[in-house]
Amino acid sequence: MTTATAPTADAVRTGQITLGTALSDAATITRRYLTHILRQPRLLIFSTIQPVMFVLLFVYVFGGALLNSPAIQQYGSYKDFLLPGIFVQTVAFGATQTAIALAEDLNKGVIDRFRSLPMARSAVLVGRTVADLVRGFAVVVIMTVVGLIIGFRPQALGLLGAIAIVVAFGFAMSWIYAVVGLSAPNSETAQAASFVVTFPLVFASAVFIPPTTMPDWLRVFAEHNPITHVAEASRALATGIGDVTGPLLWSLAWIAGLLLVFVPLAVNRYRKMS
Amino acid sequence: MADAPAVVVENLEKAFGETKALDGIDLQISEGTILGLLGPNGAGKTTAVRVLATLLHPDSGHAEIFGYDVVRQPAEVRTLIGLAGQNAAVDELLTGRQNLRMVGRLYHMPASEVRSRSEELLERFELTDAAKRAVRTYSGGMRRRLDLAASLLNRPRILYLDEPTTGLDPRSRADVWQMIRALVHEGTTLLLTTQYLEEADRLADQISVIDNGKVIAEGTADELKSSTGGQVVEVRVTRAADLDRAVAVLSSIGDAEAARTDDQVATVAAERGVASVADAAEALRREQLDVTDLALRRPTLDDVFLDITGRVADETPSSNGDRPSGGRGRRGERRKARQ
Repeated sequence: MTTATAPTADAVRTGQITLGTALSDAATITRRYLTHILRQPRLLIFSTIQPVMFVLLFVYVFGGALLNSPAIQQYGSYKDFLLPGIFVQTVAFGATQTAIALAEDLNKGVIDRFRSLPMARSAVLVGRTVADLVRGFAVVVIMTVVGLIIGFRPQALGLLGAIAIVVAFGFAMSWIYAVVGLSAPNSETAQAASFVVTFPLVFASAVFIPPTTMPDWLRVFAEHNPITHVAEASRALATGIGDVTGPLLWSLAWIAGLLLVFVPLAVNRYRKMS
Repeated sequence: MADAPAVVVENLEKAFGETKALDGIDLQISEGTILGLLGPNGAGKTTAVRVLATLLHPDSGHAEIFGYDVVRQPAEVRTLIGLAGQNAAVDELLTGRQNLRMVGRLYHMPASEVRSRSEELLERFELTDAAKRAVRTYSGGMRRRLDLAASLLNRPRILYLDEPTTGLDPRSRADVWQMIRALVHEGTTLLLTTQYLEEADRLADQISVIDNGKVIAEGTADELKSSTGGQVVEVRVTRAADLDRAVAVLSSIGDAEAARTDDQVATVAAERGVASVADAAEALRREQLDVTDLALRRPTLDDVFLDITGRVADETPSSNGDRPSGGRGRRGERRKARQ
């Protein structure tokens, strides 16, 4: 095990990066960011309460009225409609942390230190996005528990699939925010810019309501919005109602596409930074 | 080619838009010595360090660290260097110990060595007691010490210290100086940038004075001091309002033109030694200027900088600290006046 990942003496001396060192560097950085999350308990608490609050607000404020929609009625309760969808909102907003954290590290000079070390050029970005993935997974699990308490009744196996596709999508979104974070002059701008991207995607989607009642121009946008595909895939998996294959394939295509575009873009940006 | 120098920099240029941060810099550092890169804010010191630390690509020119090219062989260069100061930062949320261990792991040091080396450096920089605390609770001096420790984990063959004491109180500054001196005793090669002349004077073997992206003077501290032509007469006036008159008075006692070096201080080259002091005293008395101090002293690096650039070194040349300064006009004037 250790010999497989341990860099050769030669690689250490010349600073060349092997797959082993790239993975161990990424793990070191992931650990750093997870430590950050645990070291800021107030941020952790509020960033966990916020999605839970969204669940409760939507279920109890809008839930009754929305049950009049036939598209929602087929799920039996708005809870079953909402929860698999709101997971996507949570990971999409959670992923903006990547932009904020990277912009802050850049400003403080931490990235300069990393860039002066003989470590893999990909490690800071991989480490950061993986840390977001871990956090996103934890928050979705907490939301599921809250959902179960208030009456969310998913199919067990389908729920796991739903969480997997949602968290994978959040990971892909993190790479968009990595590019935003590396391009923003400071963390406040990074946050503002991320929200401008995220809000329309999340709200003009099938997360909270089926897009059928939207005006045509918005409906067209909502139906092609990747968040809609992922929300529908997650919902179909968790509830067993509706078509799974279509939205699932779309979701996988979006995840692959986002990673293919934004991973090289972000790594290249990191490499060329000055 | 017996001993190749640790650092060779030739005609390095880097522009940011219209601004030339480096305008053809040449530097050389012999192994085991300290080069002080001295200049005001915006002179190009930090840009030079960033190029040598592989953080920034130069537009043209050439830089080698122990024979490795910073542009073509950055991976090799990174294994040889340590970087501390305003360019590198420690992680605020991690503890001191976690910071060092993280950097050690990123250097791909074996786990046992990461641990032992971290403890050794915590001990050495007097941070063992604070090792378990998050860095955000540290004082400015403690952060700099941790930063210095982090840059030493890999036992770098050359260490870049970018303004290591900027913003520190005098006591912390003295602590950092002491630690830098200890490093030098062990033979570490060091590139130190500073805007404090005193710092370069105390620590550096060789000094390159840079201004507007160019090396404008180089040599040992003593060579630079003697190049200004020996001793100076320094007058401190009681009221700042009298300074202009004092400058005029000092300029009148000989051929050299006097300059202001502080709100209340004027200096002039002491062309005739003690006789110049006597002339200055006589002239000041005639003008009935109140002074709190009148002295003959060896030139400091402040005088050197003033002499070469026509500006006081720690005077910020423009509102934006990253821009090279003006001041050329005044230098020209000054030079002409002296001829």
